[in-house]
Amino acid sequence: MVSTLVPDRVVRTTCPYCGVGCQMDLHVRDNLIYRVTAPFEAAPNFGNLCVKGRFGTDFATHPRRLKRPLIRSGARGEFREASWEEALTLVSERLADIVRRHGGDSIASYACAKATNEDNYIFQKWVRAVIKTNNVDHCARLCHAGSVTGLQLALGSSAMSNSIREMEYLDTFIVTGSNTTETHPVISLFLKRAVRQNGARLIVIDPRQVELTDFATLWLRQKPGTDVAVFQAMAHVIVAEGLTDPDFIARRTEGFESYVESLGAFTPEWAEAVSGVPAEHIRQAARLYATAGRAAIYWGMGISQSTHGTDNALSLANLALMTGHIGKPGTGLNPLRGQNNVQGCSDSGGLPNVYTAYQRVDDPAVRAVFERRWGTPLSPDPGLTVTEMVDAALTGKIRAMVVMGENPLMSEPNLAHAQHALDALEFMVCIDIFMNETGARADVILPSASFAEKEGTFTNSDRRVQRVRQALPSVGESRPDWQIVGDLAKRMTALLGIDPDAGFDYASPQDIWEEMRAVTPDFFGITYERLEREGGVHWPCPSLDHPGTPYLFEDSFPRGKGRFWALDYGTESEQPDVEYPYHLTTGRVLFQWHGGTLTRHSNLDQAFPEPILEMHPDDARALGVVSGDWAETASRRGSVVCRVMVTGRSPQGTVFLPFHFVEAAANLLTLDKIDRRAKIPDFKMAAVRLRKVEAPQREGADIPLSERGAIKEPTRYIH
Amino acid sequence: MNETVTLIIDGEQVTVPEGTTLLEAARACGRDVPVICYHEATTSEGLCRICVVDVQGSRRLQPACVTPCQAGAQVETRSERVERTRRTLLEMLGAAVDLTHAPDLQAMSADYHADPERFPGAERREHPLHDDNPFYIRDYSQCVLCWRCVQVCGEDAQYTFALTLTGRGYDTAVSTAFDISMTESPCVFCGQCVGVCPTGALKPKIEYGLEQGWTPDMLRQNTRRRRSPKAAEEG
Amino acid sequence: MSVNESNNLPELGGILGRYAGRTREALLPLLWDIQASQGYISPEAVHAVSKTLRVPEADIYGVIGFYTLFHEQPTGETLLRICTDQACGLAGADSLLADLRDRLSSAENPCTVEHSACLGLCEHAPAVLISRRGKEDVLAAAGIDDLLGDPHPRRAVAVGYPAVLVAGVEDGEEETLARYGDYAGLRCALETMTPQNVVGEVKASGLIGRGGAAFPTGAKWEGVWANPPDLPRYVVGNADESEPGTFKDRVLLEDRPHLLLEGMALCAYAVGARQGYLYVRGEYPEALRRVQAAAQEALDAGFLGDDILGSSFSFHLEIRRGAGAYICGEETALFEAIEGKRGFPRIKPPFPTTRGLFGAPTVINNVETLCAVPGIIRHGAGWFRQWGTERSTGTKLVSVSGHVERPGVYEIVPGVTLRTVLQDYCGGVRGGLKAVLMGGASGTFLTPEEIDVRLTFEDLRAIGATFGSGAIIAYNDSVDLRVVLQRLGRFFQHESCGKCFPCQLGTQRQMEILARAHTPLSGDRRRLTDIGLTMTEASLCGLGQTAASAVLSALEKWSDLIPDMPKGGRQP
Repeated sequence: MVSTLVPDRVVRTTCPYCGVGCQMDLHVRDNLIYRVTAPFEAAPNFGNLCVKGRFGTDFATHPRRLKRPLIRSGARGEFREASWEEALTLVSERLADIVRRHGGDSIASYACAKATNEDNYIFQKWVRAVIKTNNVDHCARLCHAGSVTGLQLALGSSAMSNSIREMEYLDTFIVTGSNTTETHPVISLFLKRAVRQNGARLIVIDPRQVELTDFATLWLRQKPGTDVAVFQAMAHVIVAEGLTDPDFIARRTEGFESYVESLGAFTPEWAEAVSGVPAEHIRQAARLYATAGRAAIYWGMGISQSTHGTDNALSLANLALMTGHIGKPGTGLNPLRGQNNVQGCSDSGGLPNVYTAYQRVDDPAVRAVFERRWGTPLSPDPGLTVTEMVDAALTGKIRAMVVMGENPLMSEPNLAHAQHALDALEFMVCIDIFMNETGARADVILPSASFAEKEGTFTNSDRRVQRVRQALPSVGESRPDWQIVGDLAKRMTALLGIDPDAGFDYASPQDIWEEMRAVTPDFFGITYERLEREGGVHWPCPSLDHPGTPYLFEDSFPRGKGRFWALDYGTESEQPDVEYPYHLTTGRVLFQWHGGTLTRHSNLDQAFPEPILEMHPDDARALGVVSGDWAETASRRGSVVCRVMVTGRSPQGTVFLPFHFVEAAANLLTLDKIDRRAKIPDFKMAAVRLRKVEAPQREGADIPLSERGAIKEPTRYIH
Repeated sequence: MNETVTLIIDGEQVTVPEGTTLLEAARACGRDVPVICYHEATTSEGLCRICVVDVQGSRRLQPACVTPCQAGAQVETRSERVERTRRTLLEMLGAAVDLTHAPDLQAMSADYHADPERFPGAERREHPLHDDNPFYIRDYSQCVLCWRCVQVCGEDAQYTFALTLTGRGYDTAVSTAFDISMTESPCVFCGQCVGVCPTGALKPKIEYGLEQGWTPDMLRQNTRRRRSPKAAEEG
Repeated sequence: MSVNESNNLPELGGILGRYAGRTREALLPLLWDIQASQGYISPEAVHAVSKTLRVPEADIYGVIGFYTLFHEQPTGETLLRICTDQACGLAGADSLLADLRDRLSSAENPCTVEHSACLGLCEHAPAVLISRRGKEDVLAAAGIDDLLGDPHPRRAVAVGYPAVLVAGVEDGEEETLARYGDYAGLRCALETMTPQNVVGEVKASGLIGRGGAAFPTGAKWEGVWANPPDLPRYVVGNADESEPGTFKDRVLLEDRPHLLLEGMALCAYAVGARQGYLYVRGEYPEALRRVQAAAQEALDAGFLGDDILGSSFSFHLEIRRGAGAYICGEETALFEAIEGKRGFPRIKPPFPTTRGLFGAPTVINNVETLCAVPGIIRHGAGWFRQWGTERSTGTKLVSVSGHVERPGVYEIVPGVTLRTVLQDYCGGVRGGLKAVLMGGASGTFLTPEEIDVRLTFEDLRAIGATFGSGAIIAYNDSVDLRVVLQRLGRFFQHESCGKCFPCQLGTQRQMEILARAHTPLSGDRRRLTDIGLTMTEASLCGLGQTAASAVLSALEKWSDLIPDMPKGGRQP
């Protein structure tokens, strides 16, 4: 008889996938994670997980994990194994050499939204205090820069204002530009529950028929890219019908009068002409939102990844400010963060213009604190953003790049251009757990530890700092990022003759956190002991006896008063034309993850093993394709081939392609046009043409689409 | 809800907030009331009845998980008829379901001296192993019909509604619509069902494989599934 | 596949169109319409229903699997369901079923033959329910030779002493409105009584529910009436008569539909309901047809619908067809069925008076109970109390079947003895009386020595028996009671909903042990007792709580039936 498995150990940790930050218990036997459960009593997920957390941690023990340092041995993509000594020496000498020849600003670096706060803190400390540049950024630029910039302008803070825990008790809420059930599955559970159990009213504003439309009181299906028109028209209705909160406006905001003056032309009828949303629906949505006792707004990449991403966020902020739906439980402005620690990476200083917790590098008082603590002068000039780094590599301004745990050659727009740029570098080092598209073009690859093999903290989308704990021994010779970075920093300080007071000798991630909280008032009250006891703490948390802050802005905004911003309507996005008549939008699917580095090394890949192009039935008829046929999607930048899924989820004239799949990399098609202020690329808008093609020679191409894992027509089932 | 009620549980006076269930009250004063279907994260349907207790003056036994405390009630959590009921339930369950991977239920059976051979010749509920997706297996021969998986697939968590109960009475079973494979169903493989299963009926495939003695290579091979089982059979 | 792509199911589109905008509550009616059109309910149909009513496909599949009259697979052109329960069993239904299977279920004869739980036609045992594609179902007495013809349902035998409820049914004529006359009780209430007066009169009458649970009707109505006025409320007529040996409600539905409708309207007026449902057992097609016809007449005449009889009182009635589930006679399970779900009973409390159908306060009454109301309102509580005893007021119907000369429905005055009913009303027992099953399958056995008991709620309770639904099944001395128990065991195993463990497991284990009753194992009596007590004391609803009642009473009264240490008994 088969016996019931008894675990060698059960380790509580934080999920390595999206920004929800689910708490989970890894059940380990013979150094294999064989079961993942979730504690029912613990925030933020209360026992729930999604497929990635529950069944997708098997990447940690995948045989293709990097086990030894690799050094390029010839042409790009050819490597030989090396010792740590050799690899670290090579990297530090090459980087030091470039710093000596071209200055620190000739080096660019990618911090990592998947690594811990401690990994990122020490990374940016190395870049700033040793390499002497602020050229550090990460993929938050590619996901929420529009939200961050917009919210900074309106409120002075860019984090999600309210907690996940409040969601179940919402009264009315808007979800826009977010396919929440697939991108933040566990958050979507609480949103669904709010509707079905507690009678909340949901307004979905989205061109795609996402699953949440099944739960919506009202669904506004705007034409892609016309978000601002809809939100501005809602503001117009709220003002015209006297549904504002004058008291809140008077006490907490500024600029309302001039904003109202700017609203004149944005009538619902005008918005209907622009967006295709019936004016009456815009009125209903405005009334529902404005007259609710408590109302919140949630959004995702659909809002921020746009040439007008900042305007999108500002227009949402305007709505919240004029109705007073912010600063109270169950309200707020809530950008849903994409990666497990994208909030934490930004919080830890992984941005070109700020140190920890958004303390500005160009503020002398702030800089003095860090210079004193780190014992070395720091650059006052904000560094380059990731989108600017790529261009700077092409012009020779950037000579070398350090990439920690990111995969720009899947995630950057206009990949052909990005690849060309990276190939122009003198030197590139990647720190990662797998070989990926970027690593393949590197000079040195340093094998790091996965989330399951290290200690530290992640900060989730609602600013909750939570522990990451080691469950597995390290794989091969791989090491945690903080140790790798620490060693590089120590070697480079010696080579460059820098002697920072507080050096890079840390015994543990807890040591790093202690330094971090000492220089960061917002984190000062959070210690490992507290996290052990309480499970997680929402920052800001300025003192040890402070309970943490589940929702922000109760009394004031970081910039003082909330500011209304008048907006113009226009678009710089690429528009369909005769040659490229369809709209391409990109995004994610439930079973895959970003560039696929993790999920394609997991059983998750079995469930969704290939890219599909979602296409409206009318468009499919016009092209003469049915579900399962192969089609080529081509833009002015490149072309990809994959199978078609005919579905009413896509609006007519718009196709959707997930960006996880290298065999049809969506970012070969996207445009590297960026939002002026936020520098975020326009991943949601590109003009493409389509044509039916023969099946390519590709693994699995002989299997009918209906038998490919769990791929199915997304609107088939009702909920 | 500041009102409290005072009652007597196994001779001990207990004061609890109004609306407290007998189960919560009994646990609060350290009594061990066994449960099978009850779970903090699912709607209590009071269906396994293993938690029944003896409330003085009640003709029938009361399910502790859904019965609110009444002021002045005298409750026995382990009277003779409670013992007989729990023992008989566990004996009948053991004659229906494979409990070898349900250590909690085995311990409960031992506690109540339930004789696993009490019902000779009883028809067991036997089902083929469902191995139709990369993530988990379903072995309904081990299913006690606690409903939790159906509940969390629906309104208690996921709102996916891939699962239902089908059939009736003893022949009730958990199933997808028309028993289609999980990959054809609306299942999103969140595994909430696996997380609340009290027996070995729902189990991560890696765990199942380890129990079968599979090597890591075999695990990887056997959790890969490119085609649905039906299609594979059809060739 | 979307709804408009279902070209291979052309009729489906039309049916679905009629249900556009409806929700889950319309599920059972829609499934009935589809099955009538297609013969069964296919995966494609389920998908289309899912999109139309916005019910998950798995849920619909679960509902189909719960109700025995729904099919997920094609059946033969003709489908015969032969009742093999108590009265029909005595009348040779087992061999009839076997014989029909042999003769009809062949390749060239597209006929499906199944057994059925009690069909409620016990006075004409053995009974058959005949379903043919494209035709109305027929419930009929099963004669082996006329099955393939076009049998007509036979009329009930109903002799009233003194014929209050069953007045005018002897001739079997359909009760048209012309025959029934004015809804005088309703008119009287609307013109002269407040709702509270109506509740008061029903309370004063001492009317006790006729469905089996024997709850005072007036108290139930008062409970619903007393809810906050802004809450909607419902009236539900429980016509899901399925207790083996019970067929009185079928007779009332077929022959006194207007009496029932008037009773429901009065109830709605009393408790402030504007909407009602009548849930008719799926195996009663003729009853359904007649009550539907009567409801249309009443609507046309202004006794139902908006502004009834010129008053401001409105009452809309929807008649639902059940789909084969004994458990749906349980009130909360019946609510679930109307709401389009599997018929699982709910935990009580909350009781229906505060949270019933669709979560709203609800009166649910048995057909016979509702039929008693018009007389009470028209003539007063005193009139009703002239019959019966202090605690068992009014007249009462009993369904008598088995080995009596004249099986049928009898209207009795509580207080007459069981002996009188059997010997005088029914013409006596054929052969010597061995046992009476009083109260149906969930009732208790009485010995010949006990038949002098007076038929009142209180007298029966005093000897540990129950009136139940008023079913009386007589067995003569040719009967092997073990076989009777085996039929009971099968019935409950078949009808347990499966929700609570005691009943789901207990009905199966009980059936298995009864199946070997002729060669019992040592300890089987003890096993049956433990199972029985567990079901009785711990089950969630009345079905499980009474599923061992008859067995336990038989074990007690005929101790040699299954001895504890059987002679030559096998060791397990």
